[in-house]
Amino acid sequence: MAYLDHAATTPMLPEAVEALTAQLSVTGNASSLHAAGRRARRTVEEARETLAEALGARPSEVVFTSGGTEADNLAVKGLYWARRDADPARTRVLASPVEHHAVLDAVHWLGEHEGATVEYLPVDSYGRVHPDVLREAIARNPDDVALATVMWANNEIGTVMAVRELADVTAEFGIPLHADAVQAFGQVPVDFTASGLAAMTVSGHKIGGPYGIGALLLGREYTPVPVLHGGGQERHVRSGTLDVPAIASFAVAGRLAAEQREWFAREIGALRDDLVDAVRAAVPDAILGGDPATGGRLPANAHFTFPGCEGDSLLLLLDAQGIECSTGSACTAGVAQPSHVLLATGADPDLARGTLRFSLGHTSTEADVEAVAKAIGPAVERARTAGLT
Amino acid sequence: MTETSQRPRPLRVLAAMSGGVDSAVAAARAAEAGHDVTGVHLALSANPQSFRTGARGCCTIEDSRDARRAADVIGIPFYVWDLAERFREDVVEDFIAEYEAGRTPNPCLRCNEKIKFAALLDKALALGFDAVCTGHYAQVIVNEDGTRELHRASDMAKDQSYVLGVLDDRQLAHALFPLGDTVTTKDEIRAEAELRGLAVAKKPDSHDICFIADGDTQGFLANRLGKAEGDIVDESGSVIGSHEGAFGFTIGQRKGLRIGTPAADGKPRYVLDISPVNNTVTVGPAASLDVSGLTAIKPRWCGAAPTGPGTYTAQLRAHGGETQVAAELVDGELEVTFTEPVRGVAPGQAIVLYDGTRVVGSATIATTTRATASV
Repeated sequence: MAYLDHAATTPMLPEAVEALTAQLSVTGNASSLHAAGRRARRTVEEARETLAEALGARPSEVVFTSGGTEADNLAVKGLYWARRDADPARTRVLASPVEHHAVLDAVHWLGEHEGATVEYLPVDSYGRVHPDVLREAIARNPDDVALATVMWANNEIGTVMAVRELADVTAEFGIPLHADAVQAFGQVPVDFTASGLAAMTVSGHKIGGPYGIGALLLGREYTPVPVLHGGGQERHVRSGTLDVPAIASFAVAGRLAAEQREWFAREIGALRDDLVDAVRAAVPDAILGGDPATGGRLPANAHFTFPGCEGDSLLLLLDAQGIECSTGSACTAGVAQPSHVLLATGADPDLARGTLRFSLGHTSTEADVEAVAKAIGPAVERARTAGLT
Repeated sequence: MTETSQRPRPLRVLAAMSGGVDSAVAAARAAEAGHDVTGVHLALSANPQSFRTGARGCCTIEDSRDARRAADVIGIPFYVWDLAERFREDVVEDFIAEYEAGRTPNPCLRCNEKIKFAALLDKALALGFDAVCTGHYAQVIVNEDGTRELHRASDMAKDQSYVLGVLDDRQLAHALFPLGDTVTTKDEIRAEAELRGLAVAKKPDSHDICFIADGDTQGFLANRLGKAEGDIVDESGSVIGSHEGAFGFTIGQRKGLRIGTPAADGKPRYVLDISPVNNTVTVGPAASLDVSGLTAIKPRWCGAAPTGPGTYTAQLRAHGGETQVAAELVDGELEVTFTEPVRGVAPGQAIVLYDGTRVVGSATIATTTRATASV
């Protein structure tokens, strides 16, 4: 088996498993006042401090959520509502067109149901939003912008955005900028305070932690309108009993992600480079997606377009040989759609159907790369015979 | 076990899984027979509905999930392939064009010919599969010389060989029908599904035309072709009513004519002829529907084309009975004479010829010869 879909989810780290299982048998609601509650709260707050340190944030800026999707929704909808409540003129939402669906569909919903005017910021052929593009969009009318949201690194093609420069632009106009950093965390330096972001999304299971846990890093001056109302946990912006075991485990994974980031970028990045070389050697006309420069893309991402192939066919052929990867694009009822990310970068719609994303992770080995090197040539040849239906 | 699945070499099989019970059991049987089976659900609708409504239609997202769940239980890989565009071009548009031309098409045959055993099969073969497996009730028998014959299912009541009559040798060589030798009731297939842990065991059967989810074919056609008022005339040519589009009628149709004045003899009137050119529908008594022969075009043969005249049994509708015919291929068209007159034969439908249980071939009915002097 060659598991090369770590961007979908990556195996839990043994230390994170240990932290999770150790807490599962401990009783305590972190909101309770008695000893069991205090014990649980201590675990949660220590985890909060650990994650804050790993992400260059203050502990009070860590808001635990059920995962990346919820954090994205809270940031986008919550900040929109709060900013519009403060000034009804603020109804414009600026978003990159290459966002994950958790952001893309949330802003779309705001447009359909909450009177938002959604404006998608043009990206270059690597899928990157340029700061001057953002500046131009805001400057047209700075007063009507509710928020901007641009992901830190793209989940499909791996392009890393110039987050600090984008945040400098929004700061000039006093507009909050949110970034989905789900793919960036553990792969590129992520420092919340230094970034200048108002809000930032991270997720547990993408960094070796458990499913169902994530966090929104939220500047202390921001109070988004909650998506979930209830007991008032997490600064009153995210109610719900805290998942102590998941939080403890997430923190362990987060600490390790930060500690091992340089090793990861170096070692896994080298493996990724080998994989890219191997694919190009086997299929000379394969097109590498995203920014080819090492500093411009996630070290674990390799995204290819194979002209004349359907990504679906390639996926089936590789799956049959124990190579697990993704077409990279979202599905509708299991039907792969041409990737909105590639289309936004100006790719030809037919080409955009023939994509594969290989994403490496902490368990990747040379054997995984060798398996791809061996299989990809014949698979592409065969998929080309099957053609585009 | 079917003849094909007894072959010693395990095949790489692509099982078309609609989300219904038959195709799920077929895939399970193929896997159990030792084949290397991969399930695939065909997304045929460009805008699938979320849930099934009643027993009609298919291709909803729920059907796709049911198929996936069945594949998971069987323990086979599963994918969804988007053939919506091919289906629209080859089946739906053809269906509309046929009605527009005054004929009555069978979209299921068309789908088997153009989608399941063409688009899907071609893609499967290109990707290295040996065969496509479906839940049809029909049998493929392999002769000693390696040639194949398509036969009616062991259970005549369930037989679906009619809708497979369009398959040629090459297509048959790559077809697997694991349900074909089952003499069974639907309840028994459901019981087998239950035993295999397949949740689709209790799912209602699909009926009618899958891409017309509400079953309203006339409404579907009117929506696509627009209304065009025209005359309903009797056999003498007298106008006795009006209609909103000749395309909405089928030869032999009795209901929905909405003719105010009763026939002179007081007997019901049937659609005898549809003329799209002058948008006229001709009606008359049942006896005028009797057909003594027909000409059919685009013949397809399961095996070598027959030479010279021959006698066969023929089936003229998906659930129709058998009728004795003499048939001969003349200049690429099939000329058919019925031993006894047959009532209500609609151009556009397929005639499938049988020799006993063996499917000889099929053709599309183009014109009919009325037994009585008629329109």
